[in-house]
Amino acid sequence: MAEEVMFDFIHMEAVRYAFQGGEKMSEDEAISKLEHMGFATGYRLVERLTRESGRYKDELDIMKYICKDLWVTVYKKQIDNLRTNHQGVYVLHDNRFRFLSHMAAGKQYLQYAPRYLAFTCGLVRGCLANLGVTCVVTAEVTQLPACKFQIQVQRG
Amino acid sequence: MSRQSMRANDPKKVSGELFTLTYGSLIAQLLKDYENVDDVNRQLERMGYNIGMRLIEDFLARANPGRCYDLRDTADKIQQAFKLYLGVSPSIGSWSPGGDEFSVVLETNPMAEFVELPDHCLGLRYSNILAGVIRGACEMVQLEVMAWFIADQLKGDNVTEIRVKFVKRLEDAIPAGED
Repeated sequence: MAEEVMFDFIHMEAVRYAFQGGEKMSEDEAISKLEHMGFATGYRLVERLTRESGRYKDELDIMKYICKDLWVTVYKKQIDNLRTNHQGVYVLHDNRFRFLSHMAAGKQYLQYAPRYLAFTCGLVRGCLANLGVTCVVTAEVTQLPACKFQIQVQRG
Repeated sequence: MSRQSMRANDPKKVSGELFTLTYGSLIAQLLKDYENVDDVNRQLERMGYNIGMRLIEDFLARANPGRCYDLRDTADKIQQAFKLYLGVSPSIGSWSPGGDEFSVVLETNPMAEFVELPDHCLGLRYSNILAGVIRGACEMVQLEVMAWFIADQLKGDNVTEIRVKFVKRLEDAIPAGED
C-alpha cells in the first residue's frame, strides 16, 4: 500500500532533519528529538487505534497488544518474540525491522542503526503512556535488520 | 475476536492516520526548533524536495506511467500520484493562457486531517511539504517547476490549492570527460 512509502519517507526525513545540526548538536540531542516525535505520534495514534477495543486486563495484555496489533498497523508484521522477566522488563525481538530492512543485512551501517530506532522507541513509549504504563524504551541492534526493544516499566 | 477493532479491519485508513500524525509531530518539532514560521516553511519544502526525489522512483516503478510529452500529461500524472500516495483525487484546473501553469485543487487535505492552526502560526504553510514533493519529483524527470500554495483550508479557504508553474526543461547532463 502506497501510504506506507510516505510514512517511510517522512521518517527518513525526520531522521535527516534531527541530525542535520552536525557538529553543533550532539548525537544524544538528535536522538532525543526523534524520540520525542515518536512519543507524540504514539500517544495520539494509540488513542485512535484502541477506540473500539475493550479494556486490557493487565500489563502483559497491553504488551501483547503492542506486539501484535500495533506492530502490524505500523510495521506490517508482528513482533517475532516477546520475553519478560515478570518484573516489569519486556524484550521485543523483531527479526526484520522495517526501517532497517532496506539498509543492510549484517554489520554494514551498524553505527547508523540507532538513528532509525529512536522514533520507534518513542512511539512505543507514547502508546504505553496513553494506555497507562509509564516506561523507558531502549533499542539494541547487533546485526541488521534484526533488533530488539527493551521496555522497562516504571512503578510506584 | 473482541479485541479486533473495526479500525484494524481498515488498514488503509489506519496507515493514513499514522502518516498524518507523524507529519504533525514533525511540524510540532520544527515549530519548536525555529523561531519564525518562514524557516519552517522553507525546511518543509526542502524535506518535500528530498522525498519527491525518492518518491518519483517508486512512482515510476509502481504505476508505470510512461513519458510525459507536455505539461497536461504531467498534470495528469501528478493527479494520479496524489491518488496513489495520499488516497485523494485532486482536480486539475485554472490553466494559464500560455499553458505553462496549472492548479492542483484538493477538496480535502489528508496531511491536515486533525489540524487546527493557532493564531501565532498563521504564516505557516502546513502542507508545504507537498509543494516540495512536486518540485523534487519533477526535477528527477527533467522538468524544472515551481510549486506553491495559493489557498489552504486551514486558513479558511474553501479548498486547498497548489499552483504549479513550468520553468524549463532540464537537459541531460553529459558526464565529465565525454563528448
